[in-house]
Amino acid sequence: MRNVLLLCRIGLSGAMLVIATPAFAAGSPSDPLNSVMWDMLREQYFAGAPVVFDNAVKVTAPAAAEDTRAVPISVDATALGRVVEMVAIADLNPFPLVLRYHPGTAAPYIATRIKIQQATAVRGAARTDDGVWHVSGVLVDAAGGGCSAPPTSYAQKDWADHVGEVQARLWPADPDGAARLRLRIRHPNDTGLVDGIPAYFVETLQIDAQTPGGSPVLARIDSLEPVSENPVYSLDLRPPPDATALVLHGRDNQGGEIRATIPMPPRGAKPAMSPGPSAQPWSVGQ
Amino acid sequence: MSMPLLRRLVLTTIVAAGLVSSAAQAAGPLTYDLKPTRIAPDTYVFEGSTKHFTRANGGNILNSGFIVTADGVIVIQTGPSRRYGEEMRAAIRKVTDKPVRKVFISNLHPDYWLGSQAYADVPIAALPGTIAGIQEEGNGIAENMYRLVGDWMRGTEVTVPTEPVYGSTVKFGDHRLRLIPLSGHTAADLMILDESTGVLFAGGVVFCDRTPTTPHATVTDWLKELDAVDGLDIRLLVPNHGHVRSDKACVAQTRDWLTWLDGTLRHAADSGLDMAEALELPIPDRFQVLDVLREEYRRSVAHLWPKIEQASLPRVN
Repeated sequence: MRNVLLLCRIGLSGAMLVIATPAFAAGSPSDPLNSVMWDMLREQYFAGAPVVFDNAVKVTAPAAAEDTRAVPISVDATALGRVVEMVAIADLNPFPLVLRYHPGTAAPYIATRIKIQQATAVRGAARTDDGVWHVSGVLVDAAGGGCSAPPTSYAQKDWADHVGEVQARLWPADPDGAARLRLRIRHPNDTGLVDGIPAYFVETLQIDAQTPGGSPVLARIDSLEPVSENPVYSLDLRPPPDATALVLHGRDNQGGEIRATIPMPPRGAKPAMSPGPSAQPWSVGQ
Repeated sequence: MSMPLLRRLVLTTIVAAGLVSSAAQAAGPLTYDLKPTRIAPDTYVFEGSTKHFTRANGGNILNSGFIVTADGVIVIQTGPSRRYGEEMRAAIRKVTDKPVRKVFISNLHPDYWLGSQAYADVPIAALPGTIAGIQEEGNGIAENMYRLVGDWMRGTEVTVPTEPVYGSTVKFGDHRLRLIPLSGHTAADLMILDESTGVLFAGGVVFCDRTPTTPHATVTDWLKELDAVDGLDIRLLVPNHGHVRSDKACVAQTRDWLTWLDGTLRHAADSGLDMAEALELPIPDRFQVLDVLREEYRRSVAHLWPKIEQASLPRVN
């Protein structure tokens, strides 16, 4: 049902675009990735907002997807300073929108693994305080089929007993105050595109800090169909100094709850490793 | 009188133009141009490129081989496509009139067996795990090869090996072949040691100056396979990818790479690095001798990282 709705929406906005194109094209920079879907996606996800293509947003993904069910992707907009919202998009997926990230006080960085259905542009976008979307991306070649392959979980008889299990680790803050969090959630995260298997995926995740004075929200993710089975996220949070733990809570589209308490890093632990020389090209996929 | 001549001229021009344009479209028929190299008595290898599967090389990145025995020809690996298998069989025919007696396939990866159609009239032997793997994944493997190398694959269909083999020693003419079943590079790796010549066809267990591939690998088991190779008395080692050598230097090279790869990814996961960031980790200079280094490293990150990461994260609920 959800799929049909989404397809209808794409169809509708496509039709509107045909009429609107001449006026629209004048203010729209052309897509450096030459994706046939760009104009439509822009209209769908950034409607009415100014959009610039900006390499200050670093999108990392492999040039060729080895496993189309789990393509690593990271979007790093730390060079932009204050970012309000981030999105990841795989243009030619049946569900192009991968996630929306509300970094709150966290650094504007998110990494996960996604399914891709065919070779496609993979984009990251970050909305700065002034309402401008900064968009960048890479091309990922692929054999295809990642979105319509059944999750491997279903091969295990007891998969349902493990849904919602969380593995997580928090590293101490680096000199910039960002503390790496990695999460892994057991979940089929099914797209609903496989015959007879309904859509079943994690929809929302929120991370709060547990402090003596309350539970401030640190970051929030709206997660969608293209995120891989057993979703994994890396985030760079800024927990307050008096935080005693982090609390993860979320739910899937069938109402299943996800809840876990993540301990602070042990005394003496080292901050997360930095990803390497800054001289590296802005995107791996190019 | 002049009309027929003019017509003929026009026709000739059209035909010639047609020939030129079709020649421009396809620069001659595709051919692997396979030439066997004799590496030991009765023993030959078709040496392939150390690159990836491309539309330029048609997937010819392997060292297939054959042994001419008094009981017929023993073929080891059949290549990445029907065309390769057929060209290989024709090239063998130029060396000997003896019939092909048996084919051995060392594992389920595409370049080992997609040429098997050319040998449909002879027993095609493989470990039970390889046969099961081809039954399960063969169609997907073949489809991916069509995508990667295109027209070279024309007419290639999945041909499942017909004869399960186990650890044993089999005799063909004067050649005693020791069949060595292992697992690590894939779940079922068959090495073949010709005890008469001391030639080891190591399959995918050893790579030589070519970055090892890991789509079905379990690194700890693979390292044990390398120990097993070290324990063998051999005169010549034929890796499936890379150079044929008379020493075991490439056993050490493969071990060095796997140890570095596994250790580096474990350390990175444990240090908070994300999988996408791990794609770009620096690779030590000593590995620059390995062909397709960065590409194959990135593929390995895709294969190995998720399990390493899963093992490194504690349960919190």
